[in-house]
Amino acid sequence: MTDIVINDLSKMYGGKRVLDCVAMHIADGEFIAVLGPSGCGKTTLLRLLAGFETPDEGTIQLGDRIVSSREANVPPEKRNIGIVFQNYALWPHMSVADNVGYALKIAGASSQERQQRSRDALAVVGMENLAERAPSDLSGGQRQRVALARCLAAKPSVMLLDEPLANLDVHLRAAMENEFVRFHRHTGATMVYITHDQSEAMALADRIAVIDRGRLVQFDRPRDLYREPQSEMVARFIGNGQVLTVQDVRPDAEAAIVSIFGKDHRVRARRSEQVRSSARLSVHTSAMRLAQPGEDGFAGKVERVIYRGNHSQVDFLVTAEPDLQLTLHAPADVAIPSDDTIQVCISDGWVIPAAA
Amino acid sequence: MPALLPKAEWVVLGLLVIFVAGLSFAPLLRLAITAIAPAGVIDLGHVAELLWKKKVLTASTNTLVVALVSTILAMVLGTIAAALTVLTDMRFKTAWVFAFVLPLMIPPQVTALAWVQAFSPSSPVLGLLGLSLHDGGRHPLYSPGGIILLLGFYHAPLVFLTVRAALRRLPAELVEAARAAGATSWPLIFTIILPLARAGLFAGAALAFVSSISNFGIQAMLGIPARYPTLITLIYQQMNSYGPSALADMAVLALLLSTLTIVGVAVSGWLGQRGDVRVDGIGRSLEIRLGRWRPVVEAASWLFIVLTMALPLSALVATSLVNGFGQELSWKTLTLVNYANALVHQASIRNAFLTSLLLTSVTVAILMVVSLFMAYFIVWKRGPLVRLLHLFSELAYALPGIILAVAMILFFLKPLPFLGFSIYGTVWIILAAYLSSFLALALRPVLGGFAQIDRAMEEAAQVAGAGFLARMHDVIIPLVAPAAVAGGVMVFMSALNEIQVSILLVSSNARTIGPMVVFLEEGGSSTLAAAVGCLMIVAVLILMLVATRFSRYLPKGVLPWQN
Ligand SMILES: Nc1ncnc2c1ncn2[C@@H]1O[C@H](COP(=O)(O)OP(=O)(O)OP(=O)(O)O)[C@@H](O)[C@H]1O
Ligand SMILES: [Mg+2]
Repeated sequence: MTDIVINDLSKMYGGKRVLDCVAMHIADGEFIAVLGPSGCGKTTLLRLLAGFETPDEGTIQLGDRIVSSREANVPPEKRNIGIVFQNYALWPHMSVADNVGYALKIAGASSQERQQRSRDALAVVGMENLAERAPSDLSGGQRQRVALARCLAAKPSVMLLDEPLANLDVHLRAAMENEFVRFHRHTGATMVYITHDQSEAMALADRIAVIDRGRLVQFDRPRDLYREPQSEMVARFIGNGQVLTVQDVRPDAEAAIVSIFGKDHRVRARRSEQVRSSARLSVHTSAMRLAQPGEDGFAGKVERVIYRGNHSQVDFLVTAEPDLQLTLHAPADVAIPSDDTIQVCISDGWVIPAAA
Repeated sequence: MPALLPKAEWVVLGLLVIFVAGLSFAPLLRLAITAIAPAGVIDLGHVAELLWKKKVLTASTNTLVVALVSTILAMVLGTIAAALTVLTDMRFKTAWVFAFVLPLMIPPQVTALAWVQAFSPSSPVLGLLGLSLHDGGRHPLYSPGGIILLLGFYHAPLVFLTVRAALRRLPAELVEAARAAGATSWPLIFTIILPLARAGLFAGAALAFVSSISNFGIQAMLGIPARYPTLITLIYQQMNSYGPSALADMAVLALLLSTLTIVGVAVSGWLGQRGDVRVDGIGRSLEIRLGRWRPVVEAASWLFIVLTMALPLSALVATSLVNGFGQELSWKTLTLVNYANALVHQASIRNAFLTSLLLTSVTVAILMVVSLFMAYFIVWKRGPLVRLLHLFSELAYALPGIILAVAMILFFLKPLPFLGFSIYGTVWIILAAYLSSFLALALRPVLGGFAQIDRAMEEAAQVAGAGFLARMHDVIIPLVAPAAVAGGVMVFMSALNEIQVSILLVSSNARTIGPMVVFLEEGGSSTLAAAVGCLMIVAVLILMLVATRFSRYLPKGVLPWQN
């Protein structure tokens, strides 16, 4: 059983706290995405998990063994992990087959077993025909597949992937995303997948850990992250979320009544939500629409309309709060002149819990 | 340094520490202690007294004079050469660059010998040209002027290489901007290009200065007969006259010379850093059309090669082909007896060749392995201990070889612990000195090699379960091997004919070929010395040829003679 337990992990670089008290529990076989803006410490977390770095505080436990702590560090070669590097890190002086079979060679497998297992691993990623090629003769997507196969052949119990799709073009990304899902099902290994692309994370992961400036801010299923962000940062980071200030929060069963620019709305809130004079509300673009004639909404002044094919993106300033810019998607066939005043309805929202 | 290195890495690091500590750190420390505290207590009065002696003052002044003036000469020549080859449309650049840089590859004592013979009253070459110098009087090169001239010529390629590198790094946009502002070729060179390459020029100059101070071959071959002592020849002569009993005093002189060198190296490093204009996307290089001046410039540049290289070398060859010094070379006097003597009849010369070949090969083999591991720690593991190792290897390389030799003698004079005998006077002390002196030279290309490979290559092997030695063997060494070979080539070329390190370490039962030229010339066997010199040059040329042949497997830019 290889669940991963991370306990209050901190890492400093030259006095700067790059990871700050990160704690999480990853179940065996789970697919986890680690998501966060550039420089937030994702790679550092992965390198700690791999054993390339030692923590300054806290521990990492793989299965029932503590592998990282300030005092002792199990080296990467003894952790039975696999890594898919962002730039693939294929060894240029070895053929594809030798790259894939290297871990088995180190483990002392017979050459027959090695060949068999390399071929199997290459077959999983559809590369069995290119086994004798040199890595330099492969395309980016093919190299990525070889890197996956190399990881797979070693049968690691934990697989770490650091932005594996960052160097690929958009079309290839979609294909490779499917590959990862298949791959995860095939191996059943625990996977930790690093990315700064939230749609990638949402598409792939069982759970997503959002990191901001070295802190773990939320660790939840994609759906919960989207619907119930626990902080403003998450609300904005996931699904182009927008945040506005609302007044007069009144809990009401599983929801709450709040006043949005003077009009009461029923929105979602956590069960323990308190009566508050004001709160921040997370609203997704899809939860805002133009009011039907006669419907009651709030007023906004159109700043800019961008035609996006299947819809028009409308950026507008809220009349009641002229510094606040919001965005909604309108049907593409509705003509909205700039500088026009529109009425906007909010159909769904989530009261961001007060900071603890 | 990560606090928790796995075991194999500790063992290797430990071995590296022993290597550098035993061969560089401890001997140099011993030298410094002997200089400052000869009797165990710090005695600066003694140091001052020694340095104040007239002999030492004269030698110090002489050293500074020849080093500074020859550096200026090297700067002028090297800069002109670099500007011509990088900036103009001169033809046959590749051949010219090869010929210009070649002197750097020829051992200085052989160069000096060649010049001496070219300008001797009975010079076969001047004779052929119908010229002759006055008989009697002193040889014109046995003078400060002669030393300066030869040092300047010898080190011009050093300046050339750094200035050329600086010119090539110049961002093309700067030049293009100046052109757009209306600057034509010549103002462009003097107002934009040379000022921008200034840092490279000064770095090259500092290098030439340091090399001049420690160039034993030229200073000894010309300075000793001229009775113009410099620090380095003073140390040599005192050691020759008094043997190890002069060591304590020599240590003081060595320390003085080290200080000069270290100041030079520090200045060179500082200037080199400042000169590092890193700009991506270097455009086409600028081609200044020489127009109708082109044939003139080309003729002048080749005339320079003829005068400074072809002339002395042909004099050397001519001398090596006659029976007695001063004989005119003709079909009647032509003989190969000197070569026969050098290669067959004189066991001491033959053995010296073999000893050098063997010592050099062993040095190269050991240093290639050591540098691979050391570069791993320097580039990827860092840490204060590793930095210290790097510093001392660089120091041992930068200090004049003769100083390292004094340090080696001091350190290895006493019988070794456990073994019970002294390696002083054997080939082993020369090997130790070579390992110490040339480590940095072997290391440099490998450091570059490591900097170029992605660390993830190693990490990928690590997560595949490979331990340190397996990673080294399977992944890292195959990737940096070309750089290590390049380092090996440079060490081989430098060590095979070197004179400065072994001149004080050779003994009757351990001779290398480098000092042989000096001994033979001192002993009056000029024709034999010339033959040995020619053989040394042939060895260098063969090495260069082989290295060039395989240059496409080597990292770009490691062979200095390639354009
Ligand atoms: N070896 C190091 N020494 C000093 N600082 C470092 C080191 N490695 C990372 N950092 C710093 O730690 C912080 C986090 O780096 P990390 O590489 O973990 O970010 P990341 O989330 O992976 O970013 P990206 O999305 O850009 O890859 C950054 O501010 C970085 O500058
Ligand atoms: Mg990263």
